[in-house]
Amino acid sequence: MTVLTPEQHGAKAHSDGGWDSTAPGYVPVQTRDARFTSVEHDDFPAVKGIENDWKLTPVARIRPLLDDALDGAPYDYTVTEGASVSWIERTDARIGAAGTPEDRGSANAWSSFDQALAITLTGEEHVDIVLTRDSLGTSPRAAHTVITAKPNSRGTVILRSSGDAHLAENVEIVVEEGAALTVVAVQEWSDASTQLSSHFAQVGRNASLKHIVVTLGGSVVRLNPSVHLSGEGAQGDLFGLYFADAGQHFEQRVYLHHQAANTVGRVNYKGALQGEGAHTVWVGDVLIGPQASGTDSYEQNRNLVLSEGTRADSIPNLEIETGDILGAGHASATGRFDDEQLFYLQARGISEAEARRLVVIGFLAEIVQKVGNAELEAHLHAAIEKELAS
Amino acid sequence: MSVLEIKDLHVSVETEQGTKQILKGVDLTIKQGEIHAVMGPNGSGKSTLAYSIAGHPKYHVESGSVLLDGAEVLDMTVDERARAGLFLAMQYPVEIPGVRMADFLRTAKTALDGEAPALRPWIKEVNEAMKALRMDKAFSERNVNEGFSGGEKKRHEILQLELLKPRFAVLDETDSGLDVDALKIVSEGVNRAHAANDLGVLLITHYTRILRYIKPDFVHVFVDGRVAEEGGPELAERLENEGYDRFLTDEVVA
Ligand SMILES: Nc1ncnc2c1ncn2[C@@H]1O[C@H](COP(=O)(O)OP(=O)(O)O)[C@@H](O)[C@H]1O
Ligand SMILES: [Mg+2]
Repeated sequence: MTVLTPEQHGAKAHSDGGWDSTAPGYVPVQTRDARFTSVEHDDFPAVKGIENDWKLTPVARIRPLLDDALDGAPYDYTVTEGASVSWIERTDARIGAAGTPEDRGSANAWSSFDQALAITLTGEEHVDIVLTRDSLGTSPRAAHTVITAKPNSRGTVILRSSGDAHLAENVEIVVEEGAALTVVAVQEWSDASTQLSSHFAQVGRNASLKHIVVTLGGSVVRLNPSVHLSGEGAQGDLFGLYFADAGQHFEQRVYLHHQAANTVGRVNYKGALQGEGAHTVWVGDVLIGPQASGTDSYEQNRNLVLSEGTRADSIPNLEIETGDILGAGHASATGRFDDEQLFYLQARGISEAEARRLVVIGFLAEIVQKVGNAELEAHLHAAIEKELAS
Repeated sequence: MSVLEIKDLHVSVETEQGTKQILKGVDLTIKQGEIHAVMGPNGSGKSTLAYSIAGHPKYHVESGSVLLDGAEVLDMTVDERARAGLFLAMQYPVEIPGVRMADFLRTAKTALDGEAPALRPWIKEVNEAMKALRMDKAFSERNVNEGFSGGEKKRHEILQLELLKPRFAVLDETDSGLDVDALKIVSEGVNRAHAANDLGVLLITHYTRILRYIKPDFVHVFVDGRVAEEGGPELAERLENEGYDRFLTDEVVA
């Protein structure tokens, strides 16, 4: 694809704190794991919308999630038969095991939920658990989910979200020693819906987490996964796919923390933008800590711009605190739909619409293929086709 | 009998320095089954001619016409031209990430025929055509032209020529960048397509060496955006010995 300079999309790539580092009064942002954290809503000041963490987010559209009281009652869901799923009390030891809020929306959700939904995997036979929530309603609410993969367990947890919602939530994921867990969060909300979601994950010794974020619907969806490779030999694969239409804002601030030695991390997010005001934000913070010798890490984000009037921000950031790593790198590119590709396909008799479809599906297929659940993969292919047709 | 007629074609491109005239009145008629070689120095406008026939949006037709059996090609979209029976083997084939070659070929065949080819015979045909062009089967699983060497890209163009069976093909410097073995393989492919489909060929080249393997019926010398001289195969031999200097000198004098 044609690579454009970031300025053409309003983004300045390859920066985090350095975003506006030439401006007077610039204060360097501290290292990623030194951020303020708290489970208390009131500990975070009101969001002005100019903070580094919020300045790309349309804050006005998510005010209730940041500031208002949230309904924290249990909600209706459907789940694969036989799965171990239950509501647990706030005092349960699993709550808080994977992380602590770093922003006001996340803390508001934490302060507000009554009970948490716990999903537990125990077996060494791979299981697929599909949990669907499609009737959260239009009043602002909070949710808390805890996913635990017991030692040496294998499985995939698919969280499918659709319908109306104004949701602030936290999702905690603990992958215990030797376990292999896939978590897929699929956002297909209605056009008016908003969501602030923080995922916190701890990946233990020789365990692996494949974490996939798929966002196709909603007005504002901001989903920030923080994954800590905290056990030696842990692996984290963080994938994402988003398709923003006119007026939609999809944001993902990814944090991958190589904490222990000999960990492997891969981050790969791909997005498509189409229509006036479609805005996507991808921030990829990778931190390789002082103990993380032997780290192998790579992150990338690619965006495909399908029309005028869109904006894709893409900001990779790599911090390395040890000299002894195997490798670390990042890449970021935002390109327009390539006219030469279109011409080539059309010159073989393929119509323009079909040619566009081929190229976009091809671009996004790389992530869809990571899901590993045939039914969901087929659904996502169909959903992407629908996005293209609209 | 099908015929492709290029009449007084004037084409320009937009450059940073403004509009640049490239084709300055090209006349050329190709009948079904004929092989025409268009030979000219770099920058004379050969690729512009090829792209203009195929309908690349970068090239602006100022005047003239391109008729396929009397129908105005210039009024057609790029894909309509292909479906009308025109094919362009590109000098620089484009890479298309994420699109498997096998899917691409079947999609193109389906678009051209208006219906999907029967699966088994199609796969057999693709495999045989690939074998004849000494392309490994594994290529069909790879993304279109992605990571292909220059020679592999050219073979892939000719593979498409054989599978998609157009009536007229423009081959833009298909020979450039090929070693002798690859040149032979690719030329055999063109000759097969020519024989099998009574294909009309516009063979664009800078050098005469491909004409050892593909025998033209007519040779057109292309200089500064128009045909400067025409003749039979003997004209190619003259060019082989004398080069383009004679024409370029004329140009300077004019
Ligand atoms: N897109 C373009 N923008 C600017 N100049 C172009 C463009 N395409 C072709 N040209 C110019 O037009 C002339 C003819 O180019 P081309 O048709 O590629 O010639 P050939 O294929 O014979 O080498 C050259 O001077 C070339 O630089
Ligand atoms: Mg050329």
